[in-house]
Amino acid sequence: MAQTVPSGDNTLLRDAIPVRKIGRVERFLGPENYRIVQGLMKTPASIAGFSLVLFFVLIAIFAPLIVPPVSKDPYSIPRDGFKSDPQPMGTEWKRNEPDKPFWFAITGQEKWTHIFGTSEGQYDIFYGIIWGTRTAFYAGLIVTISTLLLGIVYGSVAAYYGGWVDMIMMRIVDVLSILPGVLAALILAAILTPLIGKSTVPVMVALIAFGWMGYSRFIRADILSVRERDYILAARVVGVQDSRILFQHILPNAIFPTLILASMAIGDVVLSFAGLSFLGVGVEIGYADWGQLLSFARNWITSLNTYWYIIAWPGFFLVLFVMGWNLIGDALRDVLDPRMRGKT
Amino acid sequence: MPDLLLDVQGLETTFKTPDGVVHAVNGVSFTLKEGETLGVVGESGCGKSVTMHSMLRLIPTPPGKIVAGKALFFGQDLLQMTTEEIRHVRGGQIGMIFQDPMTSLNPVLTIGKQLEEPLMLHVGMSKKQAQERAAELLSMVGIPNASERLKDYPHQYSGGMRQRVMIAMALSCSPQILIADEPTTALDVTIQAQITDLVKRLRDEIGMSIIWITHDLGVVAGLAHRVVVMYGGFIIEESEVKELYANPTHPYTIGLLGSLPRVDEKERTRLFSIEGAPPVLYNKPTACPFAPRCKWAMERCWNENPLLEPVAPEHRVACWVDTKTGRPRS
Repeated sequence: MAQTVPSGDNTLLRDAIPVRKIGRVERFLGPENYRIVQGLMKTPASIAGFSLVLFFVLIAIFAPLIVPPVSKDPYSIPRDGFKSDPQPMGTEWKRNEPDKPFWFAITGQEKWTHIFGTSEGQYDIFYGIIWGTRTAFYAGLIVTISTLLLGIVYGSVAAYYGGWVDMIMMRIVDVLSILPGVLAALILAAILTPLIGKSTVPVMVALIAFGWMGYSRFIRADILSVRERDYILAARVVGVQDSRILFQHILPNAIFPTLILASMAIGDVVLSFAGLSFLGVGVEIGYADWGQLLSFARNWITSLNTYWYIIAWPGFFLVLFVMGWNLIGDALRDVLDPRMRGKT
Repeated sequence: MPDLLLDVQGLETTFKTPDGVVHAVNGVSFTLKEGETLGVVGESGCGKSVTMHSMLRLIPTPPGKIVAGKALFFGQDLLQMTTEEIRHVRGGQIGMIFQDPMTSLNPVLTIGKQLEEPLMLHVGMSKKQAQERAAELLSMVGIPNASERLKDYPHQYSGGMRQRVMIAMALSCSPQILIADEPTTALDVTIQAQITDLVKRLRDEIGMSIIWITHDLGVVAGLAHRVVVMYGGFIIEESEVKELYANPTHPYTIGLLGSLPRVDEKERTRLFSIEGAPPVLYNKPTACPFAPRCKWAMERCWNENPLLEPVAPEHRVACWVDTKTGRPRS
C-alpha cells in the first residue's frame, strides 16, 4: 500500500501556515523585549509621552538658538530694568536685549518683545522657561540616576549578605522612609545652602539623600526572588564566584522593574526640585529654573487676574514636562504588567 | 580502596523551619567507583536531591545544616573544604544537571556566554579558546549549527535542547562525576529517551561516573550499574541493578517495582500503589520510617530502625522482616 511520506519541504504545509518573519531587531532583543518595544510604539499614551519628552529635549539642546544668552552665564535670566511690577506680554524689550535668533524673521516684528511678559523684577519669563528646561533635565537626570545607583548598590549589598546585615540595613531604610520626603529634603537643603553656597547642588544633594530608599527596597526584593531561581543554582554548581553571580547573573535579571520605577520618577524629581526652588531654597535669584519663575509669582497671588501670565506659562511647561514622563512611565507599566497583556 | 571516587559516610542534613527541625538526610552512606553509574531512586521528598546538594554544599545555610558525615572525593572531604576549593570542585570535577531545563539557564545571557563561563573559570581558557570549545561541546551534545547557535538566548531553544546545553555545560571541564538530578522528568518521553541515550554515549566516550537521581525505575534499569533506594532520608536498599530487579527485598522496593505497569500483564488489572505518603521528618526517626505504610510491619519495626545488612553479595537491605517468608530476619 502506497503511503505518502511527508517530505521536508512540504509546499502545501508551508503555504497553509504563514511563517512569521523574525526581523533583526526582534532577534537581537528577544521576543519579550521586542513585544515591550512594540507595545511602547503603539499605545497613544506612550506616543504622547515620548513626543512631549522629545519636545523638551529639543528645547534643551537648542536653547542657545531659541534665545541667545545675554550675559556670560546663560543660566541667569536677563532683566529689563528693576521695576517690581510684572510687565504684560508683548512689552518692548529695552535693556539686556538678546540677539535676534534665526526664527525672529518669521514673527515679522522689528524689535524683541517679552513674549511671555516679565515677572516681578522684570525677569524675562520666556528666557527663563527655555533655559529652565536645561535645569529641569539636569536636575531630574542627575538626581534620578544618583538615587538609582545608590539604591541599587545599597539594596544589592543588603540582599547579597542577608542575615543581620540585611536586617540592619533595611531598618535604616525604614527609618528614613518615615520622614516626609520633601520636608526632610527642604530642611537638609536649607542647612546645606549656607555651607555650599546658592546653586542647584544643595537641593540635588538633599533630594538624593532622601530619594534612594524606594529603589533599594525594590531591587532587594527582586534580588531575593531571583536568587532562588534554578539558573542561579546552576551557576553555583558550575563554580562561579559569588560576586560574579551577583553582578552577572542576578542583577541583570532583577534590575528591570527598578529601571521602570526610575523612569516614572524623573517627573516627580523635577516637581520636587521646582517645589523647593519655589520655597526659596537652593538656586540664587534670577537662575533659570521653573520653580524660581513660579516663586516670582508668590507676591502677586492676589492679583493674578491681571498678572496671570507670570504663573500660567512656567506652570504650563512644568505640567507638560511632568506629564510627559508620567505618560512614559504609565505606558511602560502597562506593557510590562502581565494582566494588561493583549488589552491595548 | 584506591578506585573509590566518592565515599560518602553518614551524611546528615537538617533544615530549621518555623514548624520544627526537618531531618531531611539521616546518615546516608554510599560509594561511587570510577566509571560506575549509580542510580538513586525514591519518591519525591525522600532526600535524594538534598543528599547531593549537601555533598556539594549547595544547600542554603541557614536554614539548612549539615550535621554530620563525610563526603570523601579522591580522599578529600568536600564538607571540610574552603569555599574557594569547593568552588573548583563544582563544575571543574563534579558536574550537575537539573530537573527543569526551562528554568536552569539564565534568560539574559547567551548560550555561548553561559557555556564559556566554566571553561574560563576552571580550565583557564582565553575568551577565544572558550568560544571554540563551547561550539565543540554544543555539537557534541547534538545541537546542529553550533557556532551560530551560541549567539542565541535560552528562549530560542526548546526544552530538550536546553537540557542538552545543560549537559554540555556540566561536561565542559571533563568532570569525574556527573550528578543528574532527575534530568528527564520535565521532558516528554521521546526527548527523555534521546537525553538518556546521549548521556550513555557520553559516558562511554568520556568515561566519567554518573549519579542518576530519578523516580523512574525504568530509566535506571537501562542505565545504572548499581541502585540505591532511598526513603525518608535513609538508604533502605542498595544493590547491583540486575539483582535488585530480580530480587527486590525491602517492602518499599517491592512496592515501587510492583507499581510499574507491565507489558506482559495478562488481564486488565488495577495498577498497584503503595498506600499513604512519605513521612514528614520533623523528628529524628527512631523507628523504621516505612513502618506506617508496610504490610509486613511488626512490633520491632515501630521501636527500632533497621540498619543496612547484606542479604546477598552486593545487596544490602535495611529491614527487620524477611519479605520472602514474612518472618523476622534472624
